[in-house]
Amino acid sequence: MSQADLTLDEHSTGLTIGPVFSIPTKKLAMWLFIIADTMTFAACLVAYGFVRNGSPDWPRPFHSITNVALMTFILLTSSLTMLLALRSARMGDKAAAFRWTMITAAAGILFAILHVREWMALISEGMTLFKNPWGTGLFGASFFTITGLHLTHVTGGIIALIVVGVRYKGGRYNADDIEILGLYWHFVDLVWMFVVPLVYLLNLAH
Amino acid sequence: MATAEGHWSAGTGIGKDLAVYLCLLVLAGLQFVIARQNIDASQLLWRMLAVAIVEAGLAVMFFMHLGTEKRGFALFVVIFTVFVLLAMQYGWTDSSRMVIGAPFSK
Repeated sequence: MSQADLTLDEHSTGLTIGPVFSIPTKKLAMWLFIIADTMTFAACLVAYGFVRNGSPDWPRPFHSITNVALMTFILLTSSLTMLLALRSARMGDKAAAFRWTMITAAAGILFAILHVREWMALISEGMTLFKNPWGTGLFGASFFTITGLHLTHVTGGIIALIVVGVRYKGGRYNADDIEILGLYWHFVDLVWMFVVPLVYLLNLAH
Repeated sequence: MATAEGHWSAGTGIGKDLAVYLCLLVLAGLQFVIARQNIDASQLLWRMLAVAIVEAGLAVMFFMHLGTEKRGFALFVVIFTVFVLLAMQYGWTDSSRMVIGAPFSK
């Protein structure tokens, strides 16, 4: 027993030594990140609601829901494929776990492409961070900030999926790492469930 | 391989995951249907937000497996998150003041 252990024992009466909440440290770290990130997105969405509520000439530029519906379907389906990757990893089927992880990454890439295509269409109509042809310039700022933050998370997730998938296949990572990555990916999906109604559907042209 | 999850077993069926996925698809579709309704914007917001909260609950409980984590941890995540999210709603009256134009806003 080391001196550090002795010192700890001496002062640890009534304290628990071991993982907090009895869950693995990496998983706890991911949950804490998710909680913090929830606050970031919530703050952005509340700020967006604040300026939308306070702007009488808030624009409603979205005429079609096809693109956003397709993006939603892709992201939801990618959550299912992520679950399949975890299931395969837990069952020890490395090839299947790798395959489902890469399918999830591919779905993420498809989502990002559709998102960028939508951005390009809005930009070509004259929408920037500071102005747009339809109403208050705050719309562009809030739209690009919120969807951009989400797209950044998706992009980070895609990179993580590829890196973790490859390292899992190579034996450097295990099923726990796939699970932790899955938590992140499902969170990205969860955020989109709030972005769609608040940023897109509430601004549909009538 | 050391797995930290006590709730997982190799024989766990995929049926529940598929059912939750289909529920999420239906709820997402419901949001699009609600968006096409010709109702007041605030009504629209509350209805879509309610559906989004149900969707988020399903995703957190089943996809992220919070429902099968230790009770103390699940309570910590839910109580802490909900408290801060509710606390963020503190400024809405000020947003309305901007529209109404109370004297001190000018």
